[in-house]
Amino acid sequence: MSRFRSPRIPDAEVTPRETFLRRRDFLKLGAAGAGALLLGGGEARASATPHGEKLAGVKPSAQFTEKSVGDKPNSFEEITSYNNFYEFGTDKTDPKQNAHKLKTRPWTVSVEGEVKKPVTLDLDALLKGFALEERNYRFRCVETWSMVVPWVGFPLSELVKRVEPTSRAKYLAFTTVYRPEEMPGQRESLSIPYPYLEGLRMDEAMSPLTLLAVGLYGEVLPNQNGAPVRLVVPWKYGFKSIKSVVKIRFQETQPATTWGQYGGGAEYGFYANVNPEVSHPRWSQSSERRLGEFLRRKTLPFNGYAEQVAPLYAGMDLRKFF
Amino acid sequence: MTRPEQRVEAAPLKKAGPSPWPPRLALAAALAPVGWLGGRALLGDLGANPVEEVLNRLGLYAITFLLASLACTPLQRLLGWSWALRVRKTLGLAAFFWALAHVLFYVGIDQGLDLRGLWEDVLKHRFVFLGMAALLTLLPLALTSTKAMERRLGFRRWKRLHRLAYAAAALACAHFYLRFKLPEAWPILAAALLALLLAARLWTPSGRKGARAAEPQAPAAAASAPEASVR
Repeated sequence: MSRFRSPRIPDAEVTPRETFLRRRDFLKLGAAGAGALLLGGGEARASATPHGEKLAGVKPSAQFTEKSVGDKPNSFEEITSYNNFYEFGTDKTDPKQNAHKLKTRPWTVSVEGEVKKPVTLDLDALLKGFALEERNYRFRCVETWSMVVPWVGFPLSELVKRVEPTSRAKYLAFTTVYRPEEMPGQRESLSIPYPYLEGLRMDEAMSPLTLLAVGLYGEVLPNQNGAPVRLVVPWKYGFKSIKSVVKIRFQETQPATTWGQYGGGAEYGFYANVNPEVSHPRWSQSSERRLGEFLRRKTLPFNGYAEQVAPLYAGMDLRKFF
Repeated sequence: MTRPEQRVEAAPLKKAGPSPWPPRLALAAALAPVGWLGGRALLGDLGANPVEEVLNRLGLYAITFLLASLACTPLQRLLGWSWALRVRKTLGLAAFFWALAHVLFYVGIDQGLDLRGLWEDVLKHRFVFLGMAALLTLLPLALTSTKAMERRLGFRRWKRLHRLAYAAAALACAHFYLRFKLPEAWPILAAALLALLLAARLWTPSGRKGARAAEPQAPAAAASAPEASVR
């Protein structure tokens, strides 16, 4: 009766991910060194190592280009060294320091609930089963800083169509991975409750703007930015764009969200659309500081995407549904 | 026979009073952040959001020096460190000037002199209001920090006025705590330290090294009238 089990590889024999990812640097270092010898220095700097694994088959978006945003994207360094990802610590620099502990392979995303074709997708299915595009989006944090990020991903609507939601599917509930042994912030007693939860209304999920991102700057998403797959909802505050997603559940009722529940809802509501008119309880949202800029700029309604998404909220009092 | 006595009196005079080092070191500590911030700025080492980093640092310096200045009296009373009283004013003024720098940086740089937005921020948001209140509470203390002002007000009134430092510290701690979305270790530690310092101040009699510190209502405490009103 005993079933076959694949032999377990002792941990000591497994090449650490960091070493694995740097395997080419070793060669490059050698090559650069040789180049430097031949050309007399200076060349070693030019062959700066890429940050991570390049994603294959990424097409630039026709619509969401640098031009459409109107600003240059922030640097890779800015985007990956200044993060809110409390699972790795609450300082902006904590995620970069601690996120290497998260193992993103193997990874599965369970798509379930009110759908005709529930599915569990592994990472390859996400990276190869959808047409990946690069899109430049503004990213606005509730803490009044902002960036422009060249995401790589695909519209969430593509996934939604595949699983065929039933008529009872009115909302989507998202869950971040829960691995306290790899995410030190999840072991903190004074933190938010984990796993992190977020949600969207069905029409928000179907908006052509809503993205499932698997990369940035053409490369695999760095762990501190929510690897291996995260949501990007550019007209909402950053905390809605849930990171390191393992579950997407379709349901009839509005899902509970982490910040929506925290402190009795004192932080923010379910919608959290970028809105310069509605203050955070502790600060005004009328302006923001783009990382890399000295002076603040005015915050735009729906983070500048009003034309595309304002109709979703026609007739709603956005002061009440903030 | 008179000679030895004379010598005993003359010796301390020759030494020209207490060591000049505590005040000098206090001044160096008060100015040290200039070097630290300036150095990091020159190295381009202030992170992805330098404005926020500098703003937070300035606030942290203010609250640190404020708590340090409040620690002086308890240190002198409990441990008999008389030098602590000689650095108190420098530390207190350092707290005021760093708090002022923090607010000026907030208004001038962070908010880009948007006074309308600032007004709204102060009135509508408890977090900003508490910080501003802390600075305004420190202002009269800084203005009356000179010996001349102390004499003009009279020592007892001056002393009562300067107990506002505790109120300023409480406001600053609340402001620090509210900055974060979650309860964070540093503001909680700062508030705990303030509570400890206040308790030490209330329960130690003035003047002497506090072997009797734990005794409640020691007669010595009643004798020092300014202290009695604290209770």
